[in-house]
Amino acid sequence: MAVKDYLRERFFPHMWCPGCGHGTVLNALLRAVEELQLNKNDIVMTSGIGCSARISGYVDFHSLHTLHGRALAFATGVKLSKPDLKLLVPMGDGDALAIGGNHFIHACRRNIDITAIIMNNRIYGMTGGQFSPLSGPDKKATTAPYLTIDAEFDIVEVSKAAGATFVARSTTYHVKEATEMLKKAISHKGFSVVEILSQCPTHYGRKNREGDAVQMMTGYRDNTAKLGSKALADNPSLIPRGIFVDQARPEYCQEYDNIIAKASRNRAA
Amino acid sequence: MEHTVRGKKKLKELVINRDWCKGCGICVSFCPKKVLELDSKDKAIVVRPEDCISCKLCELRCPDLAIEVLTEEDND
Ligand SMILES: Cc1ncc(C[n+]2csc(CCOP(=O)(O)OP(=O)(O)O)c2C)c(N)n1
Ligand code: SF4
Ligand code: SF4
Ligand code: SF4
Repeated sequence: MAVKDYLRERFFPHMWCPGCGHGTVLNALLRAVEELQLNKNDIVMTSGIGCSARISGYVDFHSLHTLHGRALAFATGVKLSKPDLKLLVPMGDGDALAIGGNHFIHACRRNIDITAIIMNNRIYGMTGGQFSPLSGPDKKATTAPYLTIDAEFDIVEVSKAAGATFVARSTTYHVKEATEMLKKAISHKGFSVVEILSQCPTHYGRKNREGDAVQMMTGYRDNTAKLGSKALADNPSLIPRGIFVDQARPEYCQEYDNIIAKASRNRAA
Repeated sequence: MEHTVRGKKKLKELVINRDWCKGCGICVSFCPKKVLELDSKDKAIVVRPEDCISCKLCELRCPDLAIEVLTEEDND
């Protein structure tokens, strides 16, 4: 199938601003799905609220556009009732780690077979540029006219600590790498997290003098480095990209089936 | 790194969907061969097709899914 066969073309051009990284994440995700030759009827995308969450309206999969921060809870319900379906959950950084932080860590802990894609623009784009738990200190936001003082989360470290069994990070500049990571994450049996740094030129770039989309992506090129690279060893202040965790651990739906089997045996005995 | 140019696929056509393009300039700035430009209406246009190496980076990075790089090997 061609990439366009996975799109709801009737909703294009899409609602995202010129140069919004979220469109590139959609682009990479469609390629990953196409390269894996997945049947669109086997895919369910659940999303919450935010510019990022609007992605579920553009894909021709089964889709649920749900509540802010709760996309993983809906995905968990779908997955447990129909474990053969592929669950894709794209989220903004606010959606995933502010209001949805609790759902996120517990989904990691359970290791349920869902792919979480965090479109990290370090801001609340949809509501006009309030700072998020990913903004980090010294950033300008509508809610921080004198700059932020909060430290940011490191999504990779949070995911690892909470128990996700596949954890990766890339950027909208590194689209081919991002696509490869998405393919691996979708194929992984267990909870996978792919963080993709995604520019919001409208509310983050402008306020923080990071320029337009091209300049922000140039920043992703210059301020990140591949895990294990010499560049990263020479300059540990660069943001590492790559696959940080890829391990096997019992998956939640399977464990659930096991417990049902055990309970049924006990009852029969 | 990710800039590896695959094979030597010959360019058939660079298709730009003007209704979807929002003129962000991402394809223009990151094309390794400077094949593309923005026109007076801020839409991407092909100015040097002969220089295109069909790396497809413009197609892959476009946030608006507005570019398709058709090569001789693609049958569609
Ligand atoms: C329960 C609830 N609280 C707050 C909001 C308002 N709201 C809508 S989107 C959003 C944040 C969006 O930021 P993020 O998730 O980072 O996505 P982005 O728009 O940046 O892609 C907020 C706070 C809401 N819709 N529902
Ligand atoms: S406000 Fe920011 S995140 Fe939302 S569509 Fe515009 S650029 Fe993208
Ligand atoms: S990247 Fe896409 S939207 Fe941006 S200028 Fe090029 S064709 Fe237009
Ligand atoms: S395929 Fe590569 S060389 Fe050709 S226009 Fe696109 S980015 Fe430039």
